Amino acid sequence: MAYNWNWGVFLQPTATGGDETYLGWMFYGFKMTIALSLSAWLIALAVGAVVGVLRTVPNKWLSGFATAYVEVFRNIPLLVQLFLWYFVIPELLPEKVGNAFKQTNPILQQFLASMVCLALFTSARVAEQVRSGINSLPPGQKNAGLAMGFTLPQTYRYVMLPMAVRLIVPPLTSEFLNIFKNSAVCSTIGLLELAAQGRQLVDYTAQPYESFIAVTIAYLLINVVVMFGMRWVEGHVRVPGYIGGK
Amino acid sequence: MHEFDWSSIPNALPFLWDGMKISLEITVTAVIFGIVWGTLLALMRLSSIKPLSWFAAGYVNLFRAIPLVMVLLWFFLIVPHLLESLFGLPRGSDMRLSSAIAGFALFEAAYYSEIIRAGIQSVPKGQMAAASALGMTYGQSMRLVVLPQAFRNMVPLLLTQGIILFQDTSLVYVSALADFFGAAYKVGDRDGRLVELLLFAGAVYFVICFTASRIVRYYQNKLKTA
Repeated sequence: MAYNWNWGVFLQPTATGGDETYLGWMFYGFKMTIALSLSAWLIALAVGAVVGVLRTVPNKWLSGFATAYVEVFRNIPLLVQLFLWYFVIPELLPEKVGNAFKQTNPILQQFLASMVCLALFTSARVAEQVRSGINSLPPGQKNAGLAMGFTLPQTYRYVMLPMAVRLIVPPLTSEFLNIFKNSAVCSTIGLLELAAQGRQLVDYTAQPYESFIAVTIAYLLINVVVMFGMRWVEGHVRVPGYIGGK
Repeated sequence: MHEFDWSSIPNALPFLWDGMKISLEITVTAVIFGIVWGTLLALMRLSSIKPLSWFAAGYVNLFRAIPLVMVLLWFFLIVPHLLESLFGLPRGSDMRLSSAIAGFALFEAAYYSEIIRAGIQSVPKGQMAAASALGMTYGQSMRLVVLPQAFRNMVPLLLTQGIILFQDTSLVYVSALADFFGAAYKVGDRDGRLVELLLFAGAVYFVICFTASRIVRYYQNKLKTA
């Protein structure tokens, strides 16, 4: 097989002119992936926590709403959701809001649509973890809280949630890893994150192997860093006496 | 506010159905190959032969660490070229469907192998010991005693993973292969009715996946009570 390996290509200035290198492009994509994933993750945690709690409350309407929310976001493919956020929702919003969105910077549009999409997609999964964390608590905890004269919100706030939060950290690790991987889907609407830059590099440099290997290694790197970070967090929040606890 | 016009959908139904057949074809083949290759990987991982278990662990961890989109791009942009130059195939042969299936199968096998490994480990150790005591070889006890019990417990998880895979097949969009989603997008783009077609595609995926996951849950409950 005659293939000219040329790892030096990353240090060459890009064909579009300017003094950027292809490595600079990759770094831009890397930063975009990180920024997108982290901002979406924060929203997903907040929304997921609320929806997850609602799934466990006795009120039929609230828990029904939360169940519907989770089912909708879990049963539509991520790519379809992304296209709905990017192409459809701006059309369905009131005209003023929709036009305001369409007139903003295209990169910002792509970023916002991707962020909302990833955040809500992940929030449904976070909600499921929160729910199973709350349901895994012994029922006596809730009863004890209520018997002490706490209201239901107080029982959640002071008794159940502090425990549940610590129990769900390990399963949340895999969701956190997933959000970085899922962010690659956003390359389909033109957001220049890591995977999209990889494709661009193939087109511009005609060095497909180097470009793809570099992007793949970047994803592996993110994965390893997140895994070690979360292991450290898990070590700190483990509940003594529970499986996996100290 | 957007004026809805659904009129382009009825005429496009045959085309969309062709797309759906491609989606289903990819799903079914990838599930079958994924389970077979995943079982082999799980057995390798649990094997006492170190190099085999290292290979399986490396394979599973690698595929679980990179995004599916990346795997698909490898299989669409790089692997066909590699095969062409290795086997002297004519340039530009259309391998998109087969590379999609290969990409999905190899990727999903990593996830299946983790499910199957957990399933095998959930079978009580005494079963293996009893099979050995009856004079069965390792292969026989795995095949006749452990795996049948493991698979029975795993069916719901394997099916759920299949539903996820069906959703993920929409990602063949990156290769411009006209699966169901690709077909819907093409029709919407052609008729200037993207909003309607995307909403329709979302609704179809929702109905299929929701129904399928309900069936899996029903089966799971039946399994529990049995």
